[in-house]
Amino acid sequence: MQFSEHWLRSMVNPPLASGELSHLLTMAGLEVEEMQPAAPPFSGIVVAQVLSVEKHPDADKLKLCRVDAGLGEPLQIVCGAPNVAAGMKTPCALVGAELPGLRIKKAKVRGIESSGMLCSARELGISEDHGGLLTLAEDAPIGQNIREHLTLDDTLLTLKLTPNRADCLSLQGIAREVAALSGAPLLLPAITAVPAVHDKQRQIVLDAPSACPRYCGRIISAVNAGAPTPGWMRHRLERSGIRSISALVDVTNYVMLELGQPLHAFDNEQLTGSIHVRFPRSGEQLKLLNEQIVTPSADTALIADEQGGSRALALAGIMGGEDSGINITTTELFLESAFFAPVAIAGKARALGFSSDASYRYERGVDFELQRNAIERATQLILDICGGSPGPVIEAVSPANLPSRTPVKLRSARAAKVLGIPLSPAQIEKLLQGLGFPMQREANDFVVTPPSYRYDIEIEEDLIEEIARLHGYDNIPSPTPSGLLFMPLLPEERRTPMQVRRQLAARDYQEVVNFSFVDAGWETDFYANSDPIKLSNPIASQMSVMRSGLIGGLVGTLSYNLNRRTKRVRVFEVGRSFRRASATEPVAGFQQPLRLAALCSGPALPEQWGETTRQVDFFDLKADIEIMFAPQRLRFLKTRHPALHPGRAASIMLGEKEIGIIGELHPQWVQKYELASLGNAAPVVFELEFDALTDVPLPQYREVSRFPSVERDLALLVARDQPVAQLLDALREGAPNIVRSIELFDVYHGKGVEQSKKSLAFHIVMQDTEKTLADSEADEAIKLLTELAAIKFDAALRS
Amino acid sequence: MHNVEQLVAAATAEFAGINDAAQLEQAKARYLGKSGSLTELLKSLGQMPAEERRSAGASINRAKEQIETLLSARRETIKRAALENQLDVSALDITLPGRGRGCGGLHPTVRTLERIEQLFRSIGFEVADGPEIEADWYNFTALNTPENHPARSMHDTFYLENTPGVLLRTHTSPVQIRYMQEHVVQYGHLEHMPEIRIIAPGRVYRVDSDATHSPMFHQVEGLWVGENVSFADLKGVVADFLRRFFESDDLKVRFRPSFFPFTEPSAEIDVAFMSGALEGRWLEIAGCGMVHPKVLRNGGIDPDKYTGFAFGMGPDRLTMLRYGIDDLRLFFDGDLRFLSQFN
Repeated sequence: MQFSEHWLRSMVNPPLASGELSHLLTMAGLEVEEMQPAAPPFSGIVVAQVLSVEKHPDADKLKLCRVDAGLGEPLQIVCGAPNVAAGMKTPCALVGAELPGLRIKKAKVRGIESSGMLCSARELGISEDHGGLLTLAEDAPIGQNIREHLTLDDTLLTLKLTPNRADCLSLQGIAREVAALSGAPLLLPAITAVPAVHDKQRQIVLDAPSACPRYCGRIISAVNAGAPTPGWMRHRLERSGIRSISALVDVTNYVMLELGQPLHAFDNEQLTGSIHVRFPRSGEQLKLLNEQIVTPSADTALIADEQGGSRALALAGIMGGEDSGINITTTELFLESAFFAPVAIAGKARALGFSSDASYRYERGVDFELQRNAIERATQLILDICGGSPGPVIEAVSPANLPSRTPVKLRSARAAKVLGIPLSPAQIEKLLQGLGFPMQREANDFVVTPPSYRYDIEIEEDLIEEIARLHGYDNIPSPTPSGLLFMPLLPEERRTPMQVRRQLAARDYQEVVNFSFVDAGWETDFYANSDPIKLSNPIASQMSVMRSGLIGGLVGTLSYNLNRRTKRVRVFEVGRSFRRASATEPVAGFQQPLRLAALCSGPALPEQWGETTRQVDFFDLKADIEIMFAPQRLRFLKTRHPALHPGRAASIMLGEKEIGIIGELHPQWVQKYELASLGNAAPVVFELEFDALTDVPLPQYREVSRFPSVERDLALLVARDQPVAQLLDALREGAPNIVRSIELFDVYHGKGVEQSKKSLAFHIVMQDTEKTLADSEADEAIKLLTELAAIKFDAALRS
Repeated sequence: MHNVEQLVAAATAEFAGINDAAQLEQAKARYLGKSGSLTELLKSLGQMPAEERRSAGASINRAKEQIETLLSARRETIKRAALENQLDVSALDITLPGRGRGCGGLHPTVRTLERIEQLFRSIGFEVADGPEIEADWYNFTALNTPENHPARSMHDTFYLENTPGVLLRTHTSPVQIRYMQEHVVQYGHLEHMPEIRIIAPGRVYRVDSDATHSPMFHQVEGLWVGENVSFADLKGVVADFLRRFFESDDLKVRFRPSFFPFTEPSAEIDVAFMSGALEGRWLEIAGCGMVHPKVLRNGGIDPDKYTGFAFGMGPDRLTMLRYGIDDLRLFFDGDLRFLSQFN
């Protein structure tokens, strides 16, 4: 809501500077978003009349003007404007005038003396219009300072109104608020009923009283639609961001801004019979003023007349129709001032893809007792500007459907409790009186009846907010918080997402945050998901489906960084993934587990002198995962996954549960997404269910033996394709109690080992808690392990 | 015995000039070897008169001891010098960079969330979470924003295809309702339910995209419900938090009336820094208010008995202000040159 400070001050004029007034509004919840002077600073410009125009003897495009600027003697001014004409009134910058970046001096233009400058609107800095001189009204007083004449010492204020304060969508409403806040007297325009001078009228039928509980209509005949809008009205409209169109339209807009009542003017000669407010017939169409043809929904009220039985004229409270609108040739109009219920209008314009000043106000709530006043006010203005003779105001009303205003009880004690400040009933009474709402005091409580213009006072808390606003939020203290002290639950067996993130960061991973909506192609490529969850209104096609996993985003991150020549990329993300699921989820039909995924590409270590460069590989990431889960042991099972290289992919098992996958990205995707640039090998990724990471076992103490340990190495030959984990698991499981650990320290195939075999070397540590182990016991254990490997895995001792 | 003293003096001088272990052993032989000078003197004892022999013998033995002491001292010196030399040769260029792994880090917004969590945990808040694909009822209706409420147009909402009643949550506020409902299930039977003190950080979604808006961004919801929680408490907690977060005791914090369907009274929170590039400008940083009675009721809580406050703030914006970042899009580009600055 933009408006002129000057206009506001004509209704309420507190002794506050512009900045203070703006602060007052902002701190009362009417946030002033912008303050802008109506014109830049300048001086020495007055209203002048061009007396005569002659050609400049030495320049085709310049003219010699004699100008009366109210100085007694006419001035001679050279002017190049195309529209300069004898008799016109226009601003004249006198010698000595200061304009932005310009000082007017007596000068010779092509040999002819010029004593001033005639100005365009752009030269005054009040508009971009540079079509020619600014034409002033014929009755503009010559010699008057232009700032005064055009009320340029004005400020444009823009309010960012919250949806509950529809009452401030008018100057009257804002003025009411300023008066309540500042105590300054309120001077609203006096509105008196304009008596009818003839009896021409249209009956009004409320066929849809729930949508339209009140409708006032009036015929005004013999108007001059071509009459010019007075300057003061034009300025006020323009400073409210509304372009002046024609006097009749301007008056309807002016009254809407002034009082908050949207009005609509029909060309009465285009109407037939009574005016109906009704719901549309099935499939009924209407061409709007903006030339859009709409088929309104069944619950959208229409204004209709009786031509051909019944004809739709306008979308009630939203926009007029093209057929019945007024134009410059209109001589008789039918003026509508109606109350449409907020629920009947809400969302309708948005559904049709536009918004209008009227619908914006109606859906938030227009004062339902304002209609008659507004039509009288508009009538008076029309008569003043366009002449004409009014008929009677016809009002149709359905009292049962008008909004009700239920008295609300405010308990002083409750207000004090909610706000946390000691407020006495006397203080509350004083604050409520400032609002001017009808109220009754009952001991320490108050029963307040909200006025018809306020839609946001329904419960006690709403009044408490009013009290707080008027008392001033600033005047409520900010005590240090106090409450019961209790120690939080910090289960040692759970770890928070932050802790997991920190652990990954310490292992050289950088966290990223990628969008949850992705390109549908990522879903097919990386998850073979041909039926992803689609957004119905995506912002772009590459953000149109909800991701079922995080790998696509990380591939995107890799690609982004490779393109910027960052080749070492180690990233992870913690975020939700989205899949269709059963109805038992918190949001029926959607599973939204939190997941952790990571991707590494490029050198395993940062570029350095101390280690030879090596590309990161499967086992680097595998180690990172194993460490995150330690001391729990994971198992890795060969698997296939659409994102991964079929020979280098594993599912990650914690106990019997698959908790994620790890592997090298499929060469097909490495190629498609151009990920092999800068000498990088295929990236390695993993993706885990986050829940698997939150549980960590409580440490379990095992006695530390005081006796020395015995260490042995064992080298076994097994089939080349024998997965090591099976063998290692079997050895660990079958090992006698004295075996403390079995670790693989070498894998070898090549010279000295049969082609179909590989050699695995294990380091075995044995120890007893009761005594020093005898060599024979250690030998026995190794023998047992060797036999076990031989039986189960056809393993032979490597000699 | 003049000879003996001369010999000791000569040995002292000779040994001091030797820096090599082998040379020292050769020098030793010259005094103490089979035909060394001192040995020769000893041999000559037999030709001495008996009365002199005793004292001469004693002085020779003393000289021998002296020379041996000198020798061992010198040996030690030479050994130490050799060791020093060896250490010198094996010195490292300690200015070479360290070896091995690098270090990653958290996303800047997550870093902020971590700080927010720590600050609120310190006054007894727990961290809660909720779904991102959310039911319309939780996102809007339960928060006193019925269908067609003008406040719905404040949030440009993402909807899912063919799934009416479901959307991407536009704020973290639905967590309020979910948490209250669970709280009531757990404690509703008690005469006095324990207080609810939670923050709920997470991702939220709105149809919007430019330098200051992203279609996905973060929010942190805060909720404190109890039998005596007031608007003044809200001011106290939030102002305290902001000053701690920005580590600035002179940070200006103001609350001004605003409107959210789910709070009443409602406030917008602005801050102004007393120094730096943004000095003196009011910056909108969060929305808050007393939980609307309808919202409490939708959470299963009796608004006559319990009151509460809620706030929602943008950790992305807090991060931008904290570190002087001017473009929100950087947070979601994944550019490592940007992200690694916060490690």
